[in-house]
Amino acid sequence: MFSYPVVRTSFIFLAIALGGLLVADIAITATNPWRDLGRFFLGVATPDFFSTSGLFTALLRTVAFAFVGVALGSFCGFLLALVYKRLPVRMFCAFIRAIHELFWALIFLQFFGFHPLTGVLAIAIPYAGIFAKVYSEILEEADPEPGRMVPPGASAISTFLFARIPDCWVQMRTYTAYRLECGLRSSAILGFVGLPTLGFYLESSFSQGMYSDAGAMLILFYGVIATMPLWVRPKLLPIYILAAPFFLGEGFPIVWGNVERFFTEDIIPSPLRDGEGLMALGAWVGDVMVTEALPGIWNTIVLTQIALVATGILALLAFPLISNHFGGPVRRTSGHVFLVIARSTPEYILAYILLQLWGPSMLPAVVALAIHNGGIIGHLLGRQTNTLQLRPDAPSGFDRYSWELVPRLYRSFLAFLFYRWEIIMRETAILGILGIFTLGFYVDSAIQNIQFDRAMFLILITAGLNIGVDALGRLIRRKLALQTMPTC
Amino acid sequence: MPGFDVSGLTASFGGERVLGPLSLRVSPGEKVALVGKSGAGKSTLIKLLYERLERKAALIPQGLGLVNALPVFHNVFLGRLDQHPTWYNTVTLMRPFKRDREAIRSLMHDLGIGEKLWVPAASLSGGQRQRVAIARALYRGADILLADEPISALDGPMAHQIMRSLTDQYDTSVIALHDVDMALAYCNRIIGIQDGEIALDRRTSDVKTADIMTLY
Repeated sequence: MFSYPVVRTSFIFLAIALGGLLVADIAITATNPWRDLGRFFLGVATPDFFSTSGLFTALLRTVAFAFVGVALGSFCGFLLALVYKRLPVRMFCAFIRAIHELFWALIFLQFFGFHPLTGVLAIAIPYAGIFAKVYSEILEEADPEPGRMVPPGASAISTFLFARIPDCWVQMRTYTAYRLECGLRSSAILGFVGLPTLGFYLESSFSQGMYSDAGAMLILFYGVIATMPLWVRPKLLPIYILAAPFFLGEGFPIVWGNVERFFTEDIIPSPLRDGEGLMALGAWVGDVMVTEALPGIWNTIVLTQIALVATGILALLAFPLISNHFGGPVRRTSGHVFLVIARSTPEYILAYILLQLWGPSMLPAVVALAIHNGGIIGHLLGRQTNTLQLRPDAPSGFDRYSWELVPRLYRSFLAFLFYRWEIIMRETAILGILGIFTLGFYVDSAIQNIQFDRAMFLILITAGLNIGVDALGRLIRRKLALQTMPTC
Repeated sequence: MPGFDVSGLTASFGGERVLGPLSLRVSPGEKVALVGKSGAGKSTLIKLLYERLERKAALIPQGLGLVNALPVFHNVFLGRLDQHPTWYNTVTLMRPFKRDREAIRSLMHDLGIGEKLWVPAASLSGGQRQRVAIARALYRGADILLADEPISALDGPMAHQIMRSLTDQYDTSVIALHDVDMALAYCNRIIGIQDGEIALDRRTSDVKTADIMTLY
């Protein structure tokens, strides 16, 4: 069995994760975690939709930020896709998408304050980087032959519109719609840093122990995502996009002096700002590295590796829930409901809830990442099994699972998992804001201490780490000849 | 630029030469039929000629080069994108002008698929798709026609009608044909390709079916 590179790779990653478990801080520190969990589920079971009028406003703002952010991101991403062949453009896009929406929000908050622009840009910028990459891949895969049929005198725009766009249109539309769903999740969690979206109200209900309010919010959020095919219609889209900017809320006016100060003073490393010379800068970098960056990187990597393997295990356990090869319609329907909830809940919200219930450690983060990402991959794998035709005398039950399905799915399973590796790391870093000692924790504390130079330095390190893992994931996928479509 | 004279045509595949080097001179009014076994290099020669003529000829490639998501109308209109400003083309993409609609409808009517004008190319049958590519070349109206097996998916009467339209509209043409009788009926010069070389080059009046059969 170990002669297969795919199996060897899997066991190496499993061993790394087990090693990580030995050094990781995994514990339940809350005094009565199960009682709190019980209360939370009771809250979800008895949702209270009308206790605060703010709930529907928050929902509206969440949708509005998602629409404006994704629309702007897809527009800019499309323009970038046209010049994506150039190396500087590719590097720029890799960089802006390596920084999580919440980090972008934290940066913009420092100089735009609680202005709607903060939330819009926090979504639009990283999304533009992702759209640029995926759109350019779609455009590149289109058949070049029709383009050669266009008479040589035609303008480049006409040629592009007639010979290139139409055959890419459906794929681009599908991907953009899918990204809109991701945008709703991003928009919801922006509330955790103070923007007026669902996360804000979720956090305040939780901190006051109003679980029924929190439950109502989550149920409404699932409702919005699950009904997207009904209300996101091509004909209605222009109306939504034009109307959305008017529903972002007022926020506070931008103080342009803050913007200037942020770029010319705040983010300049303090030794340079104070003119202490390069020696002092070296000492400053050394200090940030030893006290913040290295512990942050170490914890981020350990947590990522554990969460990656936990995601994989959960995905392999979850896909039979929706597979036609097992169980009856009742089980499949409940499996679908479970996986929809798992993948529509942003990992940040899951981690936040579990952290409230179990107390601070890496455990809530691992479980949250595994549930969300395992839900996504499990859903994709389950759907894939439904296209498989087994021979009539194929074994049933566990033998069918282990002999017929897993071997057939394993390569695409690994492809999805390695594709999500970078996404898991990006999320792991950001979960630090909740109090787990990953890079996000140090970024957040630097901002709390008004040390924006340190925060910026740490964000750049986080981006570098994500770019590195992305490259490694692609290298492994190429070495093992694994192919996949993008997921978010 | 009616007629052309090109030389030094070569093509290699996987390090192995599959065509040429060969030269070709076609005078105005010549309708050249390319004949030969499949794999002899006819398609490659057509492709090379198209690039050499800087895409100024009208081309019907074997792959047809249709935009699958666009309706028949737009696939045909694509042949004249150079004759209108960009704004005109962009508006046409959303809402075609009456003048163009009527011109292309009557063209498609002649080709027997007038009722398919607004059907996406993806949902047409093989023979219908081939007629869309032919219509695009007819609509284009260049000086020279290059066509690679333009009637391979069409039945008898339709094939004759198409060959008549193509040779009527284009004075000068190079058409790869596997059907020798069609070649003799509609072309006035026959070029036989064998192993990437010109093995036969005569006026149709001087050639017999038996001469052509030696190529196969």
